[in-house]
Amino acid sequence: MTEKSDHAPSLAPVAGPRRLIFELGAPESRCVEAPAPDVPTAPLEELLGGQVRVSAPALPNVTELEIMRHYAHLADMNFGVDSGMYPLGSCTMKYNPRINEDTSRLPGFAGLHPHQPTETVQGVFELMWHLQNALAEISGLPGVTLQPSAGAHGEHAALMCFRAYHADNGDPRRRVVIPDTAHGTNPATVSMCGYEVTTVPSDAAGGVDMDALHTALDTGVAAVMLTNPNTLGLFDTNILQLTEAAHAVGALAYCDGANMNAIMGISRPGDMGFDALHINLHKTFSTPHGGGGPGAGPVCVSDVLAPYLPGPVIAEEDGRYAGVTPSRSIGRVRSFWGNVGVLVRAYTYVRALGGEGLREVSEQAVLSANYLKERLRVAFDLPYDRVCMHEFVLSGSRQRREFGVRTLDIAKRLLDHGFHPPTVYFPLIVDEALMIEPTETESLDALDAFVDAMLAIAEEIRTDPEMVKGAPYTTPVRRLDEAKAAREPDLRWIPLAES
Amino acid sequence: MYPNDLKYHEEHEWVRVEGDVAVVGISHFAQDQLGEVVYVDLPSVGDEVVADETFGEIESVKSVSELYSPVSGEVLEVNSVLADVPETVNGDPYGDGWMLRVAMSDVSELDGLMSAADYETFIAE
Amino acid sequence: MRYIPITCEQREAMLDAVGVSHIGELFEDVPAAARLSRPLAIAGGMTEMELSAHLVDLSKLNRPASAMISFAGAGCYDHYIPSVVDHIVRRPEFFTAYTPYQPEVSQGTLQAIYEFQSMICALTGMEVANASMYDGATAFVEAALMSCRVKRRSTVLCAGTVHPEWRATLSTYAEAGNIEVVYARRDLTTGRVAVEEADGVGGLLARGDIAAVLVQSPNVVGVLEDIAALVPLTHDAGALLVVGSNPILLGVMEPPATYGADIVVGEGQPLGSPMSFGGPGLGFFTCRKEHARQMPGRLVGRTVDVDGNDAFVLTLSTREQHIRREKATSNICSNHALNALMAGVYLAAVGRAGLEGIALACVAKAHYLHDSLVDTGRFTRAWTAPFGYEFALRYVGDVSAMQRAMLERGYLAGVSLADLSAGAPGTASSDADLDGIVLFAVTEKRRRDEIDAFVEEVASL
Repeated sequence: MTEKSDHAPSLAPVAGPRRLIFELGAPESRCVEAPAPDVPTAPLEELLGGQVRVSAPALPNVTELEIMRHYAHLADMNFGVDSGMYPLGSCTMKYNPRINEDTSRLPGFAGLHPHQPTETVQGVFELMWHLQNALAEISGLPGVTLQPSAGAHGEHAALMCFRAYHADNGDPRRRVVIPDTAHGTNPATVSMCGYEVTTVPSDAAGGVDMDALHTALDTGVAAVMLTNPNTLGLFDTNILQLTEAAHAVGALAYCDGANMNAIMGISRPGDMGFDALHINLHKTFSTPHGGGGPGAGPVCVSDVLAPYLPGPVIAEEDGRYAGVTPSRSIGRVRSFWGNVGVLVRAYTYVRALGGEGLREVSEQAVLSANYLKERLRVAFDLPYDRVCMHEFVLSGSRQRREFGVRTLDIAKRLLDHGFHPPTVYFPLIVDEALMIEPTETESLDALDAFVDAMLAIAEEIRTDPEMVKGAPYTTPVRRLDEAKAAREPDLRWIPLAES
Repeated sequence: MYPNDLKYHEEHEWVRVEGDVAVVGISHFAQDQLGEVVYVDLPSVGDEVVADETFGEIESVKSVSELYSPVSGEVLEVNSVLADVPETVNGDPYGDGWMLRVAMSDVSELDGLMSAADYETFIAE
Repeated sequence: MRYIPITCEQREAMLDAVGVSHIGELFEDVPAAARLSRPLAIAGGMTEMELSAHLVDLSKLNRPASAMISFAGAGCYDHYIPSVVDHIVRRPEFFTAYTPYQPEVSQGTLQAIYEFQSMICALTGMEVANASMYDGATAFVEAALMSCRVKRRSTVLCAGTVHPEWRATLSTYAEAGNIEVVYARRDLTTGRVAVEEADGVGGLLARGDIAAVLVQSPNVVGVLEDIAALVPLTHDAGALLVVGSNPILLGVMEPPATYGADIVVGEGQPLGSPMSFGGPGLGFFTCRKEHARQMPGRLVGRTVDVDGNDAFVLTLSTREQHIRREKATSNICSNHALNALMAGVYLAAVGRAGLEGIALACVAKAHYLHDSLVDTGRFTRAWTAPFGYEFALRYVGDVSAMQRAMLERGYLAGVSLADLSAGAPGTASSDADLDGIVLFAVTEKRRRDEIDAFVEEVASL
């Protein structure tokens, strides 16, 4: 019963002490050599005016093969989208096309210095200009900045634009209204902008509670931050009334674009009444998550807010492109031009699909999610029984109540069945939540295999709950002592000389 | 689970009255809900705490909860053991897992706290 | 290209299983007024071959620094990237994985980040490094915000010698976060931040409300700040010292921790990330153990699994937004994990001796170019303090004309300091005479014959 299913990737258990790269090689081992000096020079002490390092930093000394084997071994312990299905809700773990990797590495992009003369970077500017336009078209919001490096960074940039807009109107406001289903980045961003958070509950249908929103709204509210489709995977049917209610008190409406994969070519945040949106290129636009980043979080805004965007943005005149700073810009939010390597990948993806293809992506993402939902509802609670968008949320509360098995256990057991688990315990308003997002790039076979695994686990919970609670069994390591990690933080390798 | 000689706050802290001094900790229910405690952030000796306001934070691996003082007064002593062995709160919430000794400035605040029986009814809801 | 494996027939079967007859029925929750009734006006639907050709065409409209003799730096450096770096980064188990929230199947990413954190600590001499930030500028800003949390103060003192884009980013965040930034001016002789004067670090610290002194060493003009002198001054005023550092130079420079810096940050791009028009690189972020709980961003720690085997896991997560929400230490969710992986592989590939050798080569070649340019009589020293592998010279003629002429000859002749500083906050009026100053960076990639040829050509203009 603890064996892997046929779908399990080839991750093998690893026993015993783990060797760190610092523990490999020998003092004289080398991979690449530094260039031999070819200019006359003076002692370093003299050149640097003192400040010379007394002891060399404790870096590894290893040969090329040792490096390759070490990292090959590390890679073998990792599960990626290429390893198997990764239905991690809210993260849109779609396939990362390989052509994107190649285009981003073209010397004409990867070899560019950010302070090259404008006339030498017309190609990358043209690419960025077209990407800005494509995102404006998809969002229905004409002003675009590509600078932010991640979704949270984009949220922050947009909220700072809101703040500057209100300040310009002589109307500084204090609060931002957020539903209880929001990603944690939303309230954290609000705080960083010096605003206070007002949380509003969801209604029985999983949308924002309109009455509660009306109560929360007054002229002290700077913005309403919504995710639509929301984190329950539901399209808020009151969306037009919600944004209108915000505007009625002079507040702006912000859309967290984490879930754009559901609505490309179908519905545009600008047409829903939103004033601003960030887009996670590493979700919707197929750029790799990279084990945690880098991503990119461009921000799209209405014409009114466009002058406040962080600079530089790309402008075109008579076929020539240049970086410009908008007239009332909040300023920079990072160095240089943004995560351009990520932008090249996203642009490649946009042109691979085109407008029609992007719509098909959303249609299939939504159909695949609904298909999983219909097939899994027999075994797990479905707290919001509606048509879903590109993801849906199940609850493991039945399994916990009846068998004492928690959603965390289900997640861990899925690893033995060869699947990356869904997002668990989010959104916070669903007890024992399992948030499932298959994406459009999974085959019907893979979807069915995932259903089979989930149903098999539901059966295992009935017949042998203790076994499930002990999962996983077949992974490189088993459940970790996270309390020990937090109580006795061991955050770096300490060289013998120092310890 | 809920000793009769203690008084309980609705945010799940308890008080043991020793004359003018209140010993403060968190209840069995609270430590059970938190799970494995990994960090406790407490005030310093000499700080003032105020009834119904936060005096610190307690963390498990994936949650943070604020600690609310059941009484007002000056902190006389903090349980330094919790800095190194925070899991003491799990193992012995009413004994070695105590958090503060407070010189109460208003003993009448104790009247607003729950008895063990009332607290058990309260958490059952 | 669609990347959708579902066939038409399967699609019909799935619609059946869902109980709808047409895909449109799945979108009935979308109000009519919010529906897009026309196709998206985005050209595409290319085959892979067409796509490849299109992107190659666009890339050829650029003339990359990597194909020229480049002396451009200003925060982004053209270092050699060992071959192993890209081969490892292309392993899909690394780049197609998400954040390692399921540690049992993410040990590769987690161990790589733990090793990265260890290497960054080794370079900076600090006790704790996080899993990386977006870039040097945002790491610098987060250090300012963290200092305000630690010190419960809301004013920071930033050296006017810090990279203008870092200063601009700080200003943007501070404005929104209700934090005041005061700027210490440059010492007009040395090029370092002024210390003794009223509008220098010392004078401004006398305000008594400064949470942190923020400097960069080497600073934007390449000059090494006097960290040893700044530490006691800063600590006596009850503030933290934040130092922005260059990771390559740390191969030969005494780490800021030795002098007592409290937070050390920097741009990690030189460690194996391509310039890529300035992004993605990574920000590294380090501090003392006592302040670890105030740190922004992810941290990886070592622990054991239930069988007692070594294992790695994200830890001290209660600082972060997904748990602490509006009280989090930062809103940052992602890190630049893949660039951190590249940095780790880079540092392993060059090793102790290699990093030292690379740093030495950069410093030696930069001084060689510096002296050679001064010898032409066309350039004069702008400031006197020692520098690393980037320096500032004043050109006797028109900088942009010189740069254009050299571009035609295949050279990127540095970065104009006036252009770089335009509009940046904290550029003191007394320091406004930046016209004519050029920043030159020299990495180990520049050969002596290239440097000599450049000097000869630029002297002949």
